[in-house]
Amino acid sequence: MAERPLSPFTKMFGESGYRWAYTMTLSILHRVTGVALVFALLGLVVWLIGASFGSASYQAFLPLYGGVPAKLVISLAVIALIYHFCNGLRHLAWDMGWGFERAAARRSALLVVLATLIGSALCIVCLFRGSVS
Amino acid sequence: MSLRAPLARALNHGAAHDGTHHWIVQRVTALALAPLAIWLLFALLLLPDSSYATVTVWIRHSWNAVLLSLLLLLASWHAWLGMQMVIEDYVHAFLSKTALLLLSAFVFALLAASGVYAVLHVALRGLP
Repeated sequence: MAERPLSPFTKMFGESGYRWAYTMTLSILHRVTGVALVFALLGLVVWLIGASFGSASYQAFLPLYGGVPAKLVISLAVIALIYHFCNGLRHLAWDMGWGFERAAARRSALLVVLATLIGSALCIVCLFRGSVS
Repeated sequence: MSLRAPLARALNHGAAHDGTHHWIVQRVTALALAPLAIWLLFALLLLPDSSYATVTVWIRHSWNAVLLSLLLLLASWHAWLGMQMVIEDYVHAFLSKTALLLLSAFVFALLAASGVYAVLHVALRGLP
């Protein structure tokens, strides 16, 4: 295979000559949460298949989704979803040519972090306080 | 006349020029998924409980089965495109890259098909 240039992020920091900026952390988190959401999708599909097999099999599946450890995993999925959603909107805005200046990108980064913290805190409170069992 | 085999001549000619299409489909599916994901999050959090009766009634209720099927299809599609990028960025050995790309394509197709099947199975059960 011919040697082709790689994106700088596929190299180690020392080699790439980039200095760390917190916007980079958001960038890689978009990828991490995207991959995490693949597992959330898998969980959703397994849950739906459980429901499609009828009442008895759904009851058998339910403990997998009900306990406190399961709720912690669901909480992580909720955080990943809300982060990927907010940062995804940021990416779509960039694609339209909006907010790409350094100051604007840093401001929107903070906004994404705040929205994720507040949004997922509210959802997780709902998840643990509600009768969702 | 070249002594190179036709295959050798065809290899390594660079990009296949479908990158723009990949990029656009990723954005379009993202745009469609944004409202669907928020809808699902709220719908699931607002369910009074997660019993069989509640969940199946919710799936059958008005447009829920349609929206849920759309979400499963689009999420699988979007996730497939995303995983493709992740694999291409980090896995360079030809065999393992190709194997992983094929595996992810098949897994997401399976996820989409079985998810939509499950939703329709619940939604249409008992209908004449």
